[in-house]
Amino acid sequence: MKSLAEVFAESLMIDAASVVDSLAYQSIKEWDSVAHMVLVTALEDNFDIMLDADDIVAMSSVAKVRAILAKYDITA
Amino acid sequence: MASDLSGRVALVTGGTRGIGRAIVLALAGAGATVFVGGRSAEAVEAMIAGSAVADRLHPLPFDVADPAAVKAAFMALQKQAGRLDILVNSAGVLKDAVIEMTSTGLMAETLATNLTGTLTCCQYAVRLMGRAGGGSIINLTSIIGRVGYPGHTAYGAAKAGVIGLTISLAREVGGRGIRVNAVAPGTIETDMTAGIPDDKRAALVERIALGRTGQPEDVAPLVLFLAGDGARYISGQVIGVDGAMAM
Ligand SMILES: NC(=O)c1ccc[n+]([C@@H]2O[C@H](COP(=O)([O-])OP(=O)(O)OC[C@H]3O[C@@H](n4cnc5c(N)ncnc54)[C@H](OP(=O)(O)O)[C@@H]3O)[C@@H](O)[C@H]2O)c1
Repeated sequence: MKSLAEVFAESLMIDAASVVDSLAYQSIKEWDSVAHMVLVTALEDNFDIMLDADDIVAMSSVAKVRAILAKYDITA
Repeated sequence: MASDLSGRVALVTGGTRGIGRAIVLALAGAGATVFVGGRSAEAVEAMIAGSAVADRLHPLPFDVADPAAVKAAFMALQKQAGRLDILVNSAGVLKDAVIEMTSTGLMAETLATNLTGTLTCCQYAVRLMGRAGGGSIINLTSIIGRVGYPGHTAYGAAKAGVIGLTISLAREVGGRGIRVNAVAPGTIETDMTAGIPDDKRAALVERIALGRTGQPEDVAPLVLFLAGDGARYISGQVIGVDGAMAM
């Protein structure tokens, strides 16, 4: 299983070092709505979960994604 | 053109009885692996056990009106099959009520099952189909959603809503290779229409140019066609199967 930072880095095609908790959706050009859905699929595959629309909408930052994963008992 | 659906994975909600059951049998008959939905696990198991194509059918009981149950069902389907190519939203309820006697509960149940349930299933299906490079969604609407019928205001609203969602979703997901169509039956002989009194039934038949009510097997071939590659350039359509009925 990859780490959350690795999943982010691969999905958004950014450097793992720039995956910090405060990184926000649409704050960088790499995290647009298309990349957001790539990220969703990658998270689902990596952590073996299915996210619902409310989760996908709420994934507004790395910290928020971490909190959503915690709902599924995943510490990332 | 006969559809060959070998290797395809389908989900039919409301597959235990009536139109949904005929669709399950048609898709499996064309070679598809079909997940059979319905609220009752026993009814789903019984339907599968009694079918000649049981080896291609898998039980997936869930209530389409319960968003958490829909999510769990799609997750289970993804785990088991790894893909989804065809979704048929056939789960539906119809309870007659004049407008003054349409209770809040009846309104909620009618919209939650026929409209929101269809929308929620479409939401998950689009994500699974997008991963597989495309797919076909077929939503059961009704002649009542197009031209209306007294005593069916809530149902008509839900079924008109299904038409609205079908045409908008078709435009949104066409770029991902996903086609979305709606099928609008007239009066089909199922449990849903079994309670129509004889005099009313006779009056209904008089309005059907082909001179008879329909059978579930009259609807299934159209759904089979829309599911397959023969319909590859057909999306965003609402197609009637009503024997040329005038409401
Ligand atoms: N028959 C007609 O004349 C006619 C005409 C126009 C449109 N339609 C539409 O065609 C579709 C099929 O109708 P039908 O005549 O085949 O109906 P039906 O014989 O009454 O069967 C309805 C099916 O839906 C399932 N269902 C109902 N509520 C559900 C829920 N909340 N979650 C999951 N499954 C549910 C039922 O299974 P369980 O009870 O086991 O859950 C059953 O399998 C419906 O959408 C209907 O509105 C029918």
